[in-house]
Amino acid sequence: MIAAARPGRYGEFGGQYLPETLMPAVAELEAAWLAARAEPGFQDELARLLRDWVGRPTPLTDAPRLAEAVGLSRVLLKREDLAHTGAHKINSAVGQALLAKRMGKQRVVAETGAGQHGVASAAACALLGLECVVYMGTVDARRQQPNVFRMKLLGAEVREVDAGSRTLKDAVNEAIRDWVTNVRTTYYLLGSAIGPHPYPAMVKDFQSVIGREARAQTLALCGRLPDVVVACVGGGSNAIGVWSAFLDDRAVKLRGVEAGGEGIASGRHAASIVGGSVGVLHGSRTLVLQDDEGQIRETHSVSAGLDYPGVGPEHALLAQSGRAEYVARTDAEALAGFALLSRTEGIIPALEPAHAIADLRQVALALGRDTIALVCLSGRGDKDLEVVMSRGASPPDRGLVPGGRGTKPPDG
Amino acid sequence: MTVASRAGAERIGRAFARAKDERRLAVAIYLTVGFPSRAETGPLVVAAIDGGADLVELGVPFSDPLADGATVQRASERALREGTTLGDCLAAARTASGDVAILLMGYANPFLRYRRGLADLATDAAAAGVCGLIVPDLPAEESAEFDDALAPAGLLRIDLYAPTTPDARLQRLVPRSRGFVYCVSLTGVTGARTALGADVRDFVGRVRRHTALPVAVGFGISRPEHVAALRGIADGVIVGSAALDAIAAAPEGRRADALRELVAALVAAGRSA
Repeated sequence: MIAAARPGRYGEFGGQYLPETLMPAVAELEAAWLAARAEPGFQDELARLLRDWVGRPTPLTDAPRLAEAVGLSRVLLKREDLAHTGAHKINSAVGQALLAKRMGKQRVVAETGAGQHGVASAAACALLGLECVVYMGTVDARRQQPNVFRMKLLGAEVREVDAGSRTLKDAVNEAIRDWVTNVRTTYYLLGSAIGPHPYPAMVKDFQSVIGREARAQTLALCGRLPDVVVACVGGGSNAIGVWSAFLDDRAVKLRGVEAGGEGIASGRHAASIVGGSVGVLHGSRTLVLQDDEGQIRETHSVSAGLDYPGVGPEHALLAQSGRAEYVARTDAEALAGFALLSRTEGIIPALEPAHAIADLRQVALALGRDTIALVCLSGRGDKDLEVVMSRGASPPDRGLVPGGRGTKPPDG
Repeated sequence: MTVASRAGAERIGRAFARAKDERRLAVAIYLTVGFPSRAETGPLVVAAIDGGADLVELGVPFSDPLADGATVQRASERALREGTTLGDCLAAARTASGDVAILLMGYANPFLRYRRGLADLATDAAAAGVCGLIVPDLPAEESAEFDDALAPAGLLRIDLYAPTTPDARLQRLVPRSRGFVYCVSLTGVTGARTALGADVRDFVGRVRRHTALPVAVGFGISRPEHVAALRGIADGVIVGSAALDAIAAAPEGRRADALRELVAALVAAGRSA
């Protein structure tokens, strides 16, 4: 296992690049999390909520028609799209909301990009009787209207952020400003494995349930481990969660798929590992998209949940050490993946994991067609229908999608 | 300690000592470099000095200023649209003259990206007459890299402490401070406020127990009456958003005058009777 040299450090990455005002708060958070983690009562309550409210364990679905279309012997889908609220975000949201309550914080702030983490936070706060404020960039709020409505329905206050690029990074800035101002009463429910220590470690811990289940389910189904575990990477919480159970299995390849937007060469993308460099953003030293002056660049992705100019510090280390491989798939490839999974398996994925689906043909080319690939299907695609329809891909051309044996697989 | 490594500390010390001799609070003025335009920064720095500022903090604009309120955010966005660089900030430092102590205030990432790194920044900043850096997203735990790079060039890194900092942490960290101690007056981001934080006196007292250095209070200080209220509590005040607001409110051509008048009023308010 690649362990941090000291808590919160992943090689040269990680740390706590925060205003002094927040330093006591992250210390308090770390202490509370470690105490809760060691307490059977907390773990029992979390396990109960994950089972009875989130609906865990989520299934592992064998996807033979998808496998055939992409040229792999077997594709296994870890169905986080079937978790309550429709994405893996709920695993960490319910864990952190439970922690907030235990810490006596009645008010929760969260940021959201695609709206999945905002919806998960709003739902968890409704469940536990906590006040919830969600920050969301105006661009994201416009492209994810149904999730804005869901958050409000769940009792959260949605505050739109009209600053900077008006997307996820600006929502994080504003959530941190709220936290600095109200730190004594407020819990910051960060949605990805990013930010200052202890967030990357804590979010990974809450998301590691994905990996534990998927590993056991794969062994039960196949009698062996997968050859490769593929996951999309924005901040990287679903990837680090599903990988957590395979990091020690050196034979299992780990493949992260970033948002290539309109292509790396275009500069309009959100691939912080493939196209980024070392920098400090949102409390952590990691790989970021920046210009020569150290200004954080505006990003682009068809998927709001991947539209972020940084990545969790553990991913930066996994990339540097070579333990995981990171690639980027473009908007067009992701849209093709979206259509492909819908037509072959009757599952409409979110645009985020559609990037992972879109990478499978490349996986087959790189690793051979005998490969068993486990894919983290991190969320469902209902929220993205409007975006996909507006791209003029409604419905995707049948001719591109295999109708049966021998049909040419879709092209990006 | 080399001669160079004393230079920044001595100039900051002199700025506070001069104010003390004149029985008034030292006044530090924060200006976002490149706001409202790159061409206006030089005249605004001169205006702040003419108005009586003892220290000038040159704000390095950053795309993601998470410790700043709306005023500095907007000023930073404007400055970046103007194409302002860290090199412009060093050029602005060179325009300052006289005894004023010049500091750079900005977030960690643009500093880390400067040319070949922090050592280059330290050399160039010292040559431009900069005394030190204030980095609001760099707590003690992450500061060693900056301190190691800045010290050989005689630059200081000014520590910030907040009302939320517990006594045990103050006791451990404040004795290591250099130059002066920056006390954040309130729990929150920068920006003009109508009233001072209620617990400023208590907080500054908690800090002073651990240092003989001058203590300056910033964040939210916007009116002469705030400065007057800090007489006998702090050694200096830091005013940023109110200065930017004054600049923004003045018509083009009157901006330097507006800033000079504000600074003069703040300096006067800090004078003991």
